[in-house]
Amino acid sequence: MSDSTDPTTALDGNAAAGVLSSVFTTELTAAVAWCLGCGRGAALADAAFFVDAPGAVLRCRGCEGVLVRVVVAPDRTWLDLHGVAVLELPVGP
Amino acid sequence: MPWRVGTVRAVHDETPTARTLVLEVPDWSGHVAGQHVDIRLTAPDGYSATRSYSVASAAGPSATVEVTVDRVPDGEVSPFLTEVLPVGGAVELRGPLGGWFVWRPDGAAVVQLVGGGSGVVPLMSMLRTHAAASAETPMRLLLSVRDPAALFYADELAALTREGGHRGLTVVWTREAPAGADRPPGRVDAALLAAATIPAADRPTCFVCGPNGFVEAAAAMLVAAGHAAARIRTERFGPTGGSRR
Repeated sequence: MSDSTDPTTALDGNAAAGVLSSVFTTELTAAVAWCLGCGRGAALADAAFFVDAPGAVLRCRGCEGVLVRVVVAPDRTWLDLHGVAVLELPVGP
Repeated sequence: MPWRVGTVRAVHDETPTARTLVLEVPDWSGHVAGQHVDIRLTAPDGYSATRSYSVASAAGPSATVEVTVDRVPDGEVSPFLTEVLPVGGAVELRGPLGGWFVWRPDGAAVVQLVGGGSGVVPLMSMLRTHAAASAETPMRLLLSVRDPAALFYADELAALTREGGHRGLTVVWTREAPAGADRPPGRVDAALLAAATIPAADRPTCFVCGPNGFVEAAAAMLVAAGHAAARIRTERFGPTGGSRR
C-alpha cells in the first residue's frame, strides 16, 4: 500500500480522471490547478495522486499541499477543492 | 462517466506476466491515443477495487478496446485480469478517460516517446494510431525494458518502426540484452538519451510513461537536454517493482 504523502509511491493525476468524471462533465485532468499553498501551477494530471487515503487525494508536487479531495459514497459525493486557488481549463481538444 | 460492461472477446499473452484483453463495450465511441479506462472488480460481499489501465489499441471508432495488463504480485485486480478472467467473461469499465497524456495525429509536432517497462502501453496506442493515420511527422520511441522476455509487442514494434519509415525505435535493456545487442545492459543515461531521441532543437512533444522513478529520471534528463518542460507530458503508475496495476 502507498504511504499517503510520499510522492514517490503515488500514482499521478492522469489516473484521477475517472473519479473526477463522477463529479465533473468536463475533462479536468488537463486543467492547470494553481496551488493555494505555494502558488505553483501544473496540470492536475501531473499532481501526486493517492487512492489509499480516505477518498482520492491530489497533492501539489511543489509543496505536497492537498489540492483536491474526492470521497465517493453510495448515496453522495464529497468534493474538497479548497487547496486550489484557480483552475485554468483548456478549451477544445 | 457511467460504469459499463466490457466483455472479453479475445486474450493475447504478451509476456509470461502480461496479457492483452480485447474488450467489447456496447456503444464504445473510440478513444484518443494515450487515454485509459478504469476497470472495477466487485466481490460478492460488495468490496470493490478499481484500477486504471492504458488503452493499447489504435485510436478511432471501434467496437472493441484493448488493454494490456501486467500482473502485479499480490495485486488485487491484475492477477484476476491476467490469470482468471476467461474469454466471454465480463468486467465493469469506465472510460475513455484522460485529456492530458494524449496524442492526436492531426498535429504538426514531431513526437518523442519514452517508455519504461509496461509504460509502453499508451505509447503503443500512439504508434498504432500514427501508423493507422499514415502520419508523416516523425515519432520515435525510446523504450527501457528489463530483458527480452519482458518486451511487449515485440514483432509489431519491429514492424511499425522499420528502417526508412516515419517511426523509430531504440530499446534499452536494463538487466539482460539479447545476443548482438548494440550495447551492454544498463539504464538510460544522458548520453544514450542524446543519441537515441529527437533533439530538443526540433521541439518534439515528449510523452514519458513508466514507474515513478523512471519517469522522474527521464523527464529530468529531457529537461537537462534542453527540452521545454511545457512540451513534456508524463504518466506515472506507482513505485518501481510495486505498481498498482
